[in-house]
Amino acid sequence: MVVWTDFEKATIQDIFAKADYDVIGPQALARCLIVYPWTQRYFAKFGNLYNAAAILGNPMVAAHGKTVLKGLELAVKNMDNIKATYADLSVLHSEKLHVDPDNFRLLADCLTIVVAAQMGAGFTPEVQAAFQKFIAVAVSALGRQYH
Amino acid sequence: MVAWTAEERAFIQDIFSKLNYEEAGPKALQRALIVYPWTQRYFGSFGNLYNAEAIINNPKVAAHGTVVLHGLDRAMKNMDDIKNTYAELSVLHSEKLHVDPDNFRLLADCLTIVIASTMGAAFTADMQAAWQKFLAVVVSALQRQYH
Repeated sequence: MVVWTDFEKATIQDIFAKADYDVIGPQALARCLIVYPWTQRYFAKFGNLYNAAAILGNPMVAAHGKTVLKGLELAVKNMDNIKATYADLSVLHSEKLHVDPDNFRLLADCLTIVVAAQMGAGFTPEVQAAFQKFIAVAVSALGRQYH
Repeated sequence: MVAWTAEERAFIQDIFSKLNYEEAGPKALQRALIVYPWTQRYFGSFGNLYNAEAIINNPKVAAHGTVVLHGLDRAMKNMDDIKNTYAELSVLHSEKLHVDPDNFRLLADCLTIVIASTMGAAFTADMQAAWQKFLAVVVSALQRQYH
């Protein structure tokens, strides 16, 4: 089991309490699709993803970005058992959607950048450390079914 | 040779023109040492690195962070030949300093977060894509001597 300090738990709760899911989720996914264009292969039915402007203006991207962040909220609410919390999602992404698990890390990196841009100076090194630890655990849990 | 679009070149130049080297460099290195504490092993001569506060207030860390950013400046000024520009630095880090090459990526990630938190919304997805491409080329150039 992952061990969390009180500071780490409080930091993660605080970030998500302040997060505007309707902004951060879509921005993170949009960035992922723009910066790492090979990730677009999983979103063929999302329509126009031809360039950055199209991706940023695509309502299906925005909607799925919110869904992703709500999925991450599940981990926030179950920090002591993220592995089990994400068991079904891991199966879905590996066995049905066949998503390359490294894409979870790419999306996590984009989310970190969006959060950093939103929080500014408030995203201190200690906050970053806690956030990246949390994200790493979530990514690991999502990738578990692959092994 | 890496192909750069005019837009990518403009983005990279723009980011560097807005960078305060004496601020962004130290912050990036501090973050790397705090978030990824195993990177501290290369800085045994830097004195007190016992906790985040000590790292943030360590003048040797700050000085080296500034040096790192000036080193990155060389890549920006030689975007069409980054590989050769960094040949000697790559030899130094691999053969003399024995730095784990993955640490270059960790430091690059921390620098990206510093820039995102400083620039905020101005650090657009397009800009991020160009910036991460640039850093990927730099990291690859620094790692070349290892292979």
